[in-house]
Amino acid sequence: MTGTATAAHRAFGRRLATALYRRPRLQLGLLLGPPLGALVIAYLGALVLLLINAFWRYDAFIGRVVTQPTLDNFVQIVTASVFRDVAVRTVLTAGAVTIADAVIAFPIAYYMARVASHRTRNILVVAVVLPLWSGYLVKVYAWRVMLLNGGFLDSVLAPIGLRGPGLSDVSAWLVFSYLWLPYMILPIYAGLERIPGSLLEASADLGARASTTFRRVILPLTLPAVIAGSIFTFSLTLGDYVTPSLVAGGTQFIGNIVFENIGVVGNTPLAAAYACVPIVVMLIYLLLARRTGAFESL
Amino acid sequence: MAVEPVTSLSGRMPDQAPESLRRPVSAQAAETAVRLEAVRKVFGETEAVAGIDLEIADGEFFSMLGPSGSGKTTTLRMIAGFERPTSGRILLHGRDVTGVPPFDRDVNTVFQDYALFPHMNVSENVGYGLMVRRVDRAERDRRVTEALRMVRLAGFGRRKPSQLSGGQRQRVALARALVNRPRVLLLDEPLGALDLKLREEMQIELKVIQQQVGITFIYVTHDQEEALTMSDRLAVFSEGRIEQVGSPADVYERPTTPFVAGFVGTSNLLRGDVARAVIGSEGTFTVRPEKIRMTDPDTAAGDDELFAMGEIRDVIYLGSDTRYVVALDAGGELVVTQQNLETSSMEVLEARGRAVRLAWKRRHVLALEGGPSAGEEEARRNP
Repeated sequence: MTGTATAAHRAFGRRLATALYRRPRLQLGLLLGPPLGALVIAYLGALVLLLINAFWRYDAFIGRVVTQPTLDNFVQIVTASVFRDVAVRTVLTAGAVTIADAVIAFPIAYYMARVASHRTRNILVVAVVLPLWSGYLVKVYAWRVMLLNGGFLDSVLAPIGLRGPGLSDVSAWLVFSYLWLPYMILPIYAGLERIPGSLLEASADLGARASTTFRRVILPLTLPAVIAGSIFTFSLTLGDYVTPSLVAGGTQFIGNIVFENIGVVGNTPLAAAYACVPIVVMLIYLLLARRTGAFESL
Repeated sequence: MAVEPVTSLSGRMPDQAPESLRRPVSAQAAETAVRLEAVRKVFGETEAVAGIDLEIADGEFFSMLGPSGSGKTTTLRMIAGFERPTSGRILLHGRDVTGVPPFDRDVNTVFQDYALFPHMNVSENVGYGLMVRRVDRAERDRRVTEALRMVRLAGFGRRKPSQLSGGQRQRVALARALVNRPRVLLLDEPLGALDLKLREEMQIELKVIQQQVGITFIYVTHDQEEALTMSDRLAVFSEGRIEQVGSPADVYERPTTPFVAGFVGTSNLLRGDVARAVIGSEGTFTVRPEKIRMTDPDTAAGDDELFAMGEIRDVIYLGSDTRYVVALDAGGELVVTQQNLETSSMEVLEARGRAVRLAWKRRHVLALEGGPSAGEEEARRNP
């Protein structure tokens, strides 16, 4: 390229930059347009299709979806006891996973944020994040091997007269809790790290023992972080179908029903309607979380 | 907000403080509130506090003054119980509290960053200590209201700390500490984050409140003016040691070490050959800048005066005063402050390069112990 061409290029670039500087809205539009467009088409579009689908009907006789608006799918979900049972089981498991993760994550995050030295802290952050890099299926299969009847857990627990949970709901709970633990530790860790040390000193200075300081100062200030973490653990459990199909020993979760209706039966309208259950549950959960004021103090 | 004029200081003596905030007058007026015995604190390989002994009397406004890293804040934190001394003892009103955790000590702290709980409103913040100590609700409300009235924040109880200005937060922090009626109140550079005007208002207000409640205040600051105006007594810290303890007048008029002479006020040190030439004897001496008279070279000195010839090297116009840096013919330099009684800024700035005679009364020359210390260079950097 010749020198004059480069100079012309530069001059053009400068004019363009000046034009953009004078029109901040245009600049913002160019910056956000492509990702927002992709988001609207790929994400909201898919969601809208799902909702429309839920109002169609699967005709078992001709084995095809009939595009005729109806509420049959929703009626079926609410009235058939199997759908209700699975939904309740999934929501309860998601709740139990969230509680287990919060209880386990808090002390670890506390140690990382407020006790450990700088070096130990970095090592622990890596240790917490590292499992997320390994294959999801590998981890679930590893658990399956441990949980199988007569497997590793059974033989470890045998000397103290106990048995492992085998393949069951409890196993699903255990494996989910293991899988989503990092998603709970990291936000709590970040939340705890943000609390100025002087607040804890002030609490002690005003006469509070460690337990009171925890209850009155640390916990309320990290509640938003715990709720952020719980949104991960809760929603990830609600939507998953691989883990239950591998370690739950035949009991079904919402994801399994959705998967079977699409993949096996071909009844996408029913699957779509059932997929609305976790969406509604999450909406209620987020509204409740907002009511606690957790988002305001973020 | 209006601050009571200083003249009302004497008009608001302790008997006007709210009943709930006043400490009962102790039987012995000069009882020792805090006593440090050979207290040392080592962090890793740095010795933050290098063995200090200190006695602070009950009801005293005591300041710990020093540059950053001099050990004053660490000392305060050891009195509060946030740090445990490596060795030595700390006594509060005769009781050894060296190993006692902060929540069992009868002291409260006003933190540099205020450390207000962001999730509680002002009343909850102020009432926290009472709530933790299970004071019943009615009593708690009454004392919180009184404490807020005392710091002139009545009616602010429902606000969150984030809705307050810096000065208001500062006063909430003060109320939160005072409401517990501690025997000793520790203040860690509490005015450091405020702008100059607000800081001056708060200095007066703090002093008034201290006199009202009669609680021992231990006040950490690096601002020598603040320490001089507020304190009954002060300790000057340097490199983990106490250089001098005394009343503001003692420390300012009669500094005992070059460090104190430099840190409190401006360092005007004469030593070595210069001391021999100007003072006529060996040693290290200091003269306060405002005690020096600057005249034409041919004006005669008074009988009891010492003098030195020099040339004005630098002029710093300060509004009400002008500070001159004068290079002495005998070597070294002296700083001289003169009130701008008749001179204007244009005139003083033209004085640069002019030959002058400096004269001062013999009794204003102070001999310092030990000559130059390790802390002296730092003192010169932090006038």
